[in-house]
Amino acid sequence: MSVRRWRRRFTSGVMTGLVAFLSFLAVLALVLILGDLIARGASSLDWSFFTKNPVPAGESGGGVANAIVGTGIIVGLAALIGLPIGIGTGLYLAEYGSGRLGWIVRFVADVLNGTPSIVVGIFAWTWLVKPMGHFSAFAGSAALAVLMVPMLARTTEEMVRLVPHSLREAALALGYPRWRTSLRVIARTALAGIVTGCLVGIARVAGETAPLLFTALGNLNFSTHVLEPMQTLSLQIYVYATGPFDEWHRLAWAAALVLMGLVLLLSLSARWAIRQRRGAAR
Amino acid sequence: MEPVAAPEPRWRALRGTNVADRLYRTVLTTLAVSLPLLLLSLVGELAVSAWPAIRRFGFSFLWTSVWDPVAGIYGAAPMIFGTLASSLLALLIAVPLSLGVAIYLTEFAPKWLRQPVAFLVELLAAIPSVVYGLWGIFVLIPFLRTVVVPPLRATLGWTPFLSGVFYGNSLLAGSVILAIMIVPYIAAVSREVLLAVPVSQREAALGMGATRWEAVWTAVVPYGRAGLIGAVILGLGRALGETMAVTMLIGNRHDIGLSVLQPAYTMAAAIANEFSEATTDLYLSALFEVGLILFVVTVVVNALARLLIWRVARGTAVGSRAL
Repeated sequence: MSVRRWRRRFTSGVMTGLVAFLSFLAVLALVLILGDLIARGASSLDWSFFTKNPVPAGESGGGVANAIVGTGIIVGLAALIGLPIGIGTGLYLAEYGSGRLGWIVRFVADVLNGTPSIVVGIFAWTWLVKPMGHFSAFAGSAALAVLMVPMLARTTEEMVRLVPHSLREAALALGYPRWRTSLRVIARTALAGIVTGCLVGIARVAGETAPLLFTALGNLNFSTHVLEPMQTLSLQIYVYATGPFDEWHRLAWAAALVLMGLVLLLSLSARWAIRQRRGAAR
Repeated sequence: MEPVAAPEPRWRALRGTNVADRLYRTVLTTLAVSLPLLLLSLVGELAVSAWPAIRRFGFSFLWTSVWDPVAGIYGAAPMIFGTLASSLLALLIAVPLSLGVAIYLTEFAPKWLRQPVAFLVELLAAIPSVVYGLWGIFVLIPFLRTVVVPPLRATLGWTPFLSGVFYGNSLLAGSVILAIMIVPYIAAVSREVLLAVPVSQREAALGMGATRWEAVWTAVVPYGRAGLIGAVILGLGRALGETMAVTMLIGNRHDIGLSVLQPAYTMAAAIANEFSEATTDLYLSALFEVGLILFVVTVVVNALARLLIWRVARGTAVGSRAL
């Protein structure tokens, strides 16, 4: 009897250790990746890296100023297109989404959420690049917006649903029309949550490469024209990492560190925003 | 009996039929309807663009393996095989890892450790795909070459799965990077599923004298089984459609081989690599068909995952944030 008991306890202990070890491995992967980014990328971050454009292959030096600016423009434009649609859809789901249409939209949002980004890329190519006859940053932004909307809709809905019913009832009882209740009372109460959703959505598309391959294409020169091809950090990393030159690899690590920093900053501020909300609710 | 006519004006006021309300609702509805429309046009567009290839090759597109742009013959079997093989291999690595994380974080970890670890694991999902690819090329592949592959070959080198020369870019490298990439998704959803299991399940098992592990394994995990399977399938959906990191690591070779040390190809990688060099209409159309297949497969897989997760956590948004 006691042998069996000992064995059961032993198993329990071993399995506890095992799951703890697996968790350690998962965290270790993150630490290794971030560590390598810093170790290999940080030394290349100097003034010219941020202010110069790429130099021709084989030459040393140069920077990714065009890619940094391009990422900002493309992601900013994507947010401009995607945020209103995403938030509006989320509000619809929370306010009027109890019927059949609501169910459909919710399901479609969840399905679109898992769409491979490369498929969205070729979709944007057929709809925007082909008719226009040339690659453009705008087509890239549109593709990123498509990726952003479903997630944003579901987060917004979830956040708005957290607002207590009594608030809505109070506003309506005071004679507020429904739209004002929805915007001024409900959406405003859920604002921190919605902002979090927006930041997470932006962070998610900021690192995307696949949908930009056939839309924004990339550009070796500095360009701020949204109807022309434009460079982004992600595209630059792809080209440099798969290229043959050591100099390119060095720049790829540095660009990856910058991109990672940008994405982390967005993710962490998202987390910070949600903290604010929780703090206020207490 | 005729219903008594309600006093019309008052009802209208209460139901909010004023113009601004109507406008508000119309605007929101329009925005919301854009999503199903988007899905329809996505499917429609892919189908129309893929039609020439579909008509030309029929179902043989799915199981023939000649991909010859010069002769104009296209068969996607190697990519379909590579996509499935890399995703399943990735699941093989990622499932134990992420279930371990989820179980540890919900059942065993000290309270103060839970949030930070969960946060760090979820951060893995924030790393851009192309950064995984970069890390894979310069860190993971050398690591596999020097540390992992030699002992593997020494012990299991006689099996067909480990035959051939290992150059680096291979099914193995692609699968390992995929596994790391999907861990945060599976772990996050599994964790939420396990958190949704009632405490009484654990109490009952412990009350009958089960050890802590037995309680988890016999009372908690089975209770959330459907949701856990859903989480795994969700990870599968992620893996199937992942593009950049896999393109950079899998070797991109049109070939069906059993060995994980050999290069392979995936559907997403084929589109990424060849779309811009597709010179003929039929070539382009064949790539669109690959895209259509990929899309349909991921939609089915995701829908399945969603239904399973909904079954466990009905009415809540479990997992929708992790998606």
